[in-house]
Amino acid sequence: MSIAALDSANLNAGQKVAVKYFTVAMVLFLAQCLFGMLAGLQYLQPDFLYNVLDFNVNRMVHINAMVVWMLFGFIGSVYWLVEDESGTELVGAKLANLNFWILTLAVTVVVLVYLFVQTGPGTKETIWFINEGREYIEAPRWADFGIVVCVLIFFYNVAATFMKGKWSGISGVLVLDLVALAGLYLAGMFYTTNISMDQHWWWWVIHLWVEATWEVLVGCIMAWGLMKTLGARRKIVTTWLYIEVALMFGSGILGLGHHYFWIGTPEYWFTIGGFFSALEPIPLVAMVVHAVYDSGTHNFRNSNHPALAWLIAHAFGNFFGAGVWGFMHTLPQINLYTHGTQWTASHGHLAFFGAYATIIIAMIYIAVQKWRGDVWMSGDLADKGWKWKWSLGLLNVGVIGMTVALLISGYEQSFVERALEGSTWGGYFSAQTQPWFVQGMHWRMLFGWVTTAGVVLLLWDLATIGKTETRRAIDPTATPATT
Amino acid sequence: MADTPWWASENVWRKWAIWITAFMAVVLIFLTFDTVAKITAGGERVPGYDVINKRIFYTFNPDRNMQEPVIGGDAPLFGKMMSAAEAEELVNLGKLTVQAKNCMNCHTLLGNGAYYAPDLTKAWLDPAWGAESVREQLMVSFLMDPTTNARTYGTGRRMPQLGITEDEAKGVVAFLKWMSSIDTNGFPKGFTPIRQEESS
Repeated sequence: MSIAALDSANLNAGQKVAVKYFTVAMVLFLAQCLFGMLAGLQYLQPDFLYNVLDFNVNRMVHINAMVVWMLFGFIGSVYWLVEDESGTELVGAKLANLNFWILTLAVTVVVLVYLFVQTGPGTKETIWFINEGREYIEAPRWADFGIVVCVLIFFYNVAATFMKGKWSGISGVLVLDLVALAGLYLAGMFYTTNISMDQHWWWWVIHLWVEATWEVLVGCIMAWGLMKTLGARRKIVTTWLYIEVALMFGSGILGLGHHYFWIGTPEYWFTIGGFFSALEPIPLVAMVVHAVYDSGTHNFRNSNHPALAWLIAHAFGNFFGAGVWGFMHTLPQINLYTHGTQWTASHGHLAFFGAYATIIIAMIYIAVQKWRGDVWMSGDLADKGWKWKWSLGLLNVGVIGMTVALLISGYEQSFVERALEGSTWGGYFSAQTQPWFVQGMHWRMLFGWVTTAGVVLLLWDLATIGKTETRRAIDPTATPATT
Repeated sequence: MADTPWWASENVWRKWAIWITAFMAVVLIFLTFDTVAKITAGGERVPGYDVINKRIFYTFNPDRNMQEPVIGGDAPLFGKMMSAAEAEELVNLGKLTVQAKNCMNCHTLLGNGAYYAPDLTKAWLDPAWGAESVREQLMVSFLMDPTTNARTYGTGRRMPQLGITEDEAKGVVAFLKWMSSIDTNGFPKGFTPIRQEESS
C-alpha cells in the first residue's frame, strides 16, 4: 500500500465504486451552489438572463443538483462501508461500476435537457421526456424508471453482500431502510389531474424520504462513522441507532401530517400532523447527545479530525436545521401564516445542509484518508489544516447566514402578505418590495458567496489533504476510553 | 454485561424500533384510505371538474372560523357550459401545462413550490383581475404573452415567455378556477377575494 498518493490499490471493490460516486457528488454540490447563486441574483436583478435562463430553470437545477448529489453521497457511503461491515467482498463490483456510469449519464442527460429544452407543450410527452414539473422530483418519467432500476441494482448489491457475509444491527437497519426509501419513490411516479391527490402522494416521497428514511440512513452512517473515527463501541452505537429509529419513525411517519394542513386534506391532520411533527426534533436531540457523549468519552482523540468535525457539525446542524427550524413553523396555528413563504426556504437551507451535506462530507474525508493509504489526518497537519478548517467555517457561516437572512425576509413576508394584506397578489408583491424583505435577499446573496467560497475550498482540500503526509493514521480503537 | 438496565438494552430498543415503526405505518395506511376518499375529485373537499361551469366565491364560515369556497349558480367558463367529461379534459390540459411549463419552480400551488412569484391557490379569485367579467380574457392574454402584459408591482419580476398556446392558456384558467374551489382549511390566511357583488 502506498501512502499519500491517491492510489486505488488502497481501496476495496466497494470503495472503488464509492469514490466515483463521491466525486460526482462534489461536482454537483458546486453546481448546486452556482445555480443557487443565479436564482438568488434574480431576486435582486430580475432582468438577469430573463427569457434565457429563467428563475424556474435555475431553481430547478439548484434543488435537483442537491437531491442527486445527496443520493450519490448516500450510495457512495453505503458502498464505502459495505465490505467493511459485512466482512466480505462486494458481490457485483462490475455491475456496480456499470450502474454508476449509467446513472451518471442519465443525470447528465436530464440536466442538459433542463438547461437547453427547459419546457415543452402541455402534453404527457413533456412529462415523459423533458420535465415533470413537480418540485424536487422534476426528473422526466423515463429517468424515474432509470432511477428505479439503478436503485434496485444498488440494493441487490448491498443486500446480497450482507447475505453472503455477516449481518449486524447497522446493516439490518440500513437494508430495511433502503427498501422503504426505494419503494417510496414509486409514490411520485404517476400523473393525476387532481392537484390535491398529486400533492398528497408527492409528500409521501418528499417527506418520507427527507424526514424519515434519509434520517435513518444517516443514522446508520453516523453509527459506522463514530466507530471508525473514534473507535466507539459497536454495542453502544447500535443501541443508539435503534433508539433513533424508534423515535424517528415514531414521530416522522405520522409527522407527514404537517404537510396535509392546506392541500385539501381533512382537518384531522391539524391534530395528528401538529402533534407528531412537533415530536420530530426529539431523535435529533438524541443524535447530538450520542455524538458528543461518544466523542467526550474518547477525549476527542480520533483518527480523522475533519471527518469528526463534520460529524459533530452534522449532529448540531441536523438538530437546529431540521429540528428547531422545522419545529418553529410546524404547528398549524403558525404554519397558516408561514406556509409558502421564505420561512420554508430558510428551513430548507439549514436542514438539508445540516442533516445531509455535513455527514456526506464527513464520509468523503474518511474516504480520502484511506484512498491515500490511511494517512495521518489528526492534529498537527502539515499546513495546520487551514483549508479544511476554513472551508468548515465558511460553509457553516455561509449557510447559517443565508438561513437567518431568509428567515427575516420570511417573517416580514408572513406579517405583511398574510397578516396585514389579505394574502392577495397585491399583498404578496407589497411584501416583496418592503425594504426589510429586500435587505434579506441582499444578505442571502452575500452569504451565498461565502458558502460557494467554502465549497471551492472544500474541493481543493479534498483533492490535496494528506498529499505530503508521511505518517500513518492513528488507530482509534487502540485508545483506551475514559469510561 | 448482565447489569445493563432494561432501558439501555440493545434488544429492548430493537423491539421498540420494530413495533413502533410497524404501528405508525399501519395507522398511516388507514388514514390514507380515508384521506384519499375525501380528496378524490367530486368528493366532499375537492369538487368535481365541472365546477368550472359554476360561480365560485369565498366566504367566512364562523363555525369553522375560516374562509371556505362556496359554489353558486351557473357561470360557464369562456361562455360555454361543459359536460363533466369536457370539463375534466380542459382542466387536465391545464394541469399538464402547469407541469410542462414548470410553474411550480417560481409559483406556489396550495402553498408548495417556489417563492419567486405569487401563490396560485386562489388565483382565480384574486382582486388583481379587477372584475369577474373580464378576468378570463385577461388571464388568457397574460399567459400567452407575459412579457408585454407584465405587471410587476414594483419588483421588476416578469413571467417568462413559455410559448403557451391559446388552448393551453384556457386549460390553465380552467385548472385555476377548479383549484380555487378546493377547501384548503382557510389557506391562504385572510384572503381578500375579487369583488363578489354579483354573487352575494
